[in-house]
Amino acid sequence: MAQPVGFFTDTTLCIGCKACEVACKEWNGLPDNPLEFRGSYDNTGQLDHANWRHVRFVEQTTKSPDKPIAWSMMSDVCKHCANASCLEVCPTNAIVRTEFDTVFIQQDVCNGCRDCISACPYGVIGFNSNTGTAQKCTFCYDRLQNNLKPACATACPTQSIKFGPLDEMRQTAATRLATLHAQGMSEARIYGDKEYGGLHAFFLLTDKPETYSLPSTESAVLPSRNNIPGYLGAVVTAVVAAVAGLIAFRRRGEAKP
Amino acid sequence: MPGEHFVVAPGWAWYILLYFFFAGISGGAFVIGTMLRLWGSAADAAASRLAFIISFPLLLLCPILLTLDLGQPFRFWHMLVDVGTGVPAFKAYSPISVGSWGLLIFGLFSFVMFLAAVGEGGYLRWRVLAGAGRVMGSALGKAFMVIGAIVGFFIASYTGVLLAVSNQPVWSDTWTLGALFLASGLSGAAATILLLSHGRRDAAVTDGKLMLADRYFIILELVLIALFLITLGGVVSKVLGGGWILLWLVVLIGTLVPLVAEWRPALLRQLPPVVVPVLVLVGVLALRAVIIFSAQA
Ligand code: SF4
Ligand code: SF4
Repeated sequence: MAQPVGFFTDTTLCIGCKACEVACKEWNGLPDNPLEFRGSYDNTGQLDHANWRHVRFVEQTTKSPDKPIAWSMMSDVCKHCANASCLEVCPTNAIVRTEFDTVFIQQDVCNGCRDCISACPYGVIGFNSNTGTAQKCTFCYDRLQNNLKPACATACPTQSIKFGPLDEMRQTAATRLATLHAQGMSEARIYGDKEYGGLHAFFLLTDKPETYSLPSTESAVLPSRNNIPGYLGAVVTAVVAAVAGLIAFRRRGEAKP
Repeated sequence: MPGEHFVVAPGWAWYILLYFFFAGISGGAFVIGTMLRLWGSAADAAASRLAFIISFPLLLLCPILLTLDLGQPFRFWHMLVDVGTGVPAFKAYSPISVGSWGLLIFGLFSFVMFLAAVGEGGYLRWRVLAGAGRVMGSALGKAFMVIGAIVGFFIASYTGVLLAVSNQPVWSDTWTLGALFLASGLSGAAATILLLSHGRRDAAVTDGKLMLADRYFIILELVLIALFLITLGGVVSKVLGGGWILLWLVVLIGTLVPLVAEWRPALLRQLPPVVVPVLVLVGVLALRAVIIFSAQA
C-alpha cells in the first residue's frame, strides 16, 4: 500500500546550483528555456509548463557595505497541497489525488480551460500551448510507482531537497528547526505545516514567507471561500432587479396580455 | 481581506470577454421577456417576443466561444462527463462545472421560448409553432418562463462568481462580481431590445418601459461598481491605474449618458435614438474588459 510522500526543502542548505531543475527537465523531457539574460542569476524566472522546479534566487539589499546584496535560495515546486486550490476548481476532474497523496494533472483529461491556473496561489501551473493542457510537477509519479526517488531529490548535492514518507519528513524538519533555533537562528521557521491543510512539499525558511513569494498563513485560503458570498450577492441583485422590473413594466390601466 | 497570492494569470482574453458579454445579454433578455409577460400589458407582448427571440441565438454563441478558448477544444464535453467513470461530471463548488450544466439547461429553456415566440409572432407559419405560441400565455407557459428566468439570472451572473472563485488578485478580493455582471447584463439586454425595437411599431410601444427599467438597472450597476471598488481595498490601484482609467471612462459614458438622456431628454434630443442603447452596450463590454484584463495584467 502506497503511503503519503513529502519533500522537505531546507533552504539553508541550498547553494543555487540548479541540479534539481536540470534533473527534472531531463527526466520529464521538458523543453529548454530561451537563452536570455533576465538581470539575475535566476534565469529560470518562474515555475511554468516547462519548469517544474525553479531555484528562486531571492535578492535583498543589506546594510552591510561589504555585502550589499544577500541571496536566499529556495528550490520551488508544486506544493501538492492537502487542500489543493487547483483540484478544487478543475471542472473536468483532470486534477486528481494519487495513491501517494500527491496532486496530479491527467493530461488526457485536461481540456485546457485554465481555471486551475487562476486558482493556484503559488503560481505553479503553466499552460502548454503545444499540448493545449495545464502542466506542473507530477512528483515524478512514474518514478514513485517504480520505487524510485523523484529526480530532483536524487540530484540535489547538498540534501537541501529531502524526500521520504510525509511523517518522517515532518519529523526531520522539526529536528532541524530545533537545531537551528538552538544555534540562535530565531528567524528560521517551517512553511507548510498548516497552510492548505499541510503541504506535501514544505520548506524551512529563514525569512517571512512573502519574501519567497509564498502567501502568508492567513492568506493561504481556498477559492471556494467566494462561492457563497458571490452567489448570495447575485441572488440579492436578482431580487432587486425583479422589483425594478415590476415597477417599470407593470400595467397602468392597460389591457392584460 | 486576506489575499496576498502569487498567482499566474490564466490568459483569459477575447473569447472569454465576448462570452461574458453575450451570456449577460442572453440571460438578461430572457429575464426581461418573462417580466414583460408576467407584469406588462397586452401591448408589451411584441417586445417580450423580441426578448425571447434574441436570447437564444446569443446563447448559441456562448458554447462556441468557450470551446474556442479551450486548449483542447474537442474535449469540451469533459466539462459534462467524467472521462474516468463515464458518469456526469458535476462539482457544486466549481462555477465552471455548474455553469456548463447551467448553459445546457438554459439552452433548452431559451430554445423552447424562441420557438414559442416565433410561433406566437407568426414569423413562421408552422402548426406546431403556433401551438407553442399559444401555450406561452397559459399558466404552464408562465411557469416554464419563470423557471427559465431563474436559470437566466444564473447565466447572467455566474460568470462573475467564476472569476471570484480563484486566487487571482482583484477577482478573488470581492464578492460583488456576480451581482455586478447581472445588473450590467440586464441593462445590456434592455438596451439590445430597445435597439432592435427601433423601427418596429409593434415592439416600440414598450420603449418607455424598457428605458425606465434600464435606468433602474443602471443605477443598480453603479451602486455595485462603487461596492466593487470599495471591497477591493488596497488592490483597487490595479483596476484604476494605468490606461485602465480609459475603459472606466467608457463605462461611465455608457451608464451616465443614458441616465441623463432619460431624466433630461431635452439635453440630448439631437442624438439619433440608437446612440444611447449603443453607448450602454459599449459600456457593458468595457466593464467586463476592464475587470478581465486589468486583473491579469
Ligand atoms: S501548489 Fe498549486 S498546483 Fe500544486 S497542489 Fe497546490 S494549488 Fe495545486
Ligand atoms: S486547465 Fe485542465 S487541469 Fe486545469 S482546471 Fe482546466 S481542465 Fe482542470
